[in-house]
Amino acid sequence: MFESRTPLNVALDEAPLRSDHEIVLARQMVRRLTQELGFSLVDQTKMVTAASELARNALVYGGGGRMKWELLDNGGRRGLKLTFSDEGPGIANVEIAMTDGWTSGKGLGMGLSGARRLVNQFEIDTRPGAGTRVTITRWK
Amino acid sequence: MQHIPILRMGELLLVTIQVDMHDQMALQLQDDLTVAIARFGSKGVLIDISALEMVDSFIGRMISDISGMARILDAATVLVGMRPAVAITLVELGLSLPGIATALNVERGMALLRRNV
Repeated sequence: MFESRTPLNVALDEAPLRSDHEIVLARQMVRRLTQELGFSLVDQTKMVTAASELARNALVYGGGGRMKWELLDNGGRRGLKLTFSDEGPGIANVEIAMTDGWTSGKGLGMGLSGARRLVNQFEIDTRPGAGTRVTITRWK
Repeated sequence: MQHIPILRMGELLLVTIQVDMHDQMALQLQDDLTVAIARFGSKGVLIDISALEMVDSFIGRMISDISGMARILDAATVLVGMRPAVAITLVELGLSLPGIATALNVERGMALLRRNV
């Protein structure tokens, strides 16, 4: 595990996603974490934007959820792993949901597919009735 | 509810988004702007996003929707000041904001609107 050298080494490693305001707080947290890891401005922006999409999905489609974060160190290469989870209805057909332009009606349909393009690793774990968990990782 | 201020300059409306907007605030701006266009008979809207560190699909859609609504109300919209890192991310996300007039900064955006008004 990467040892944080700055005050960001907070005991908390997760944040709730229950309101519009908490989405804003989540992306501010991701901004701080990526800055802490020394990500370039473009990489910071990509991770923050991906986090914003997934945080909103957890709120709008999952009825609220949470974001967990983990600072990674793979042989000196640092990264950030974020997990967004909710206990909502889940997604019946992930392949279709991952298609550009697919939407259940409230958005542009770019959230999941777009977020995937902005990160290095993307995993989704969902089943109807069992909630959704999306994990993304971006390396410096 | 916090509102994003809308400044009236003759036939134009000027909006500078200075805060990390939550979704409801973005929707409120859409409402406020359409009301202002109709009320003042504005011919142009300039939206300055130079302070925005991130534009996601929700804010992107809000910008597209504002531009579309303004057009129907006979006003042109120009989006100015997008940061390079935001532009790179937005295109990779899959949004290139088709049909939205853009300019590098407020000055050029105002010039563009004045030519069209």
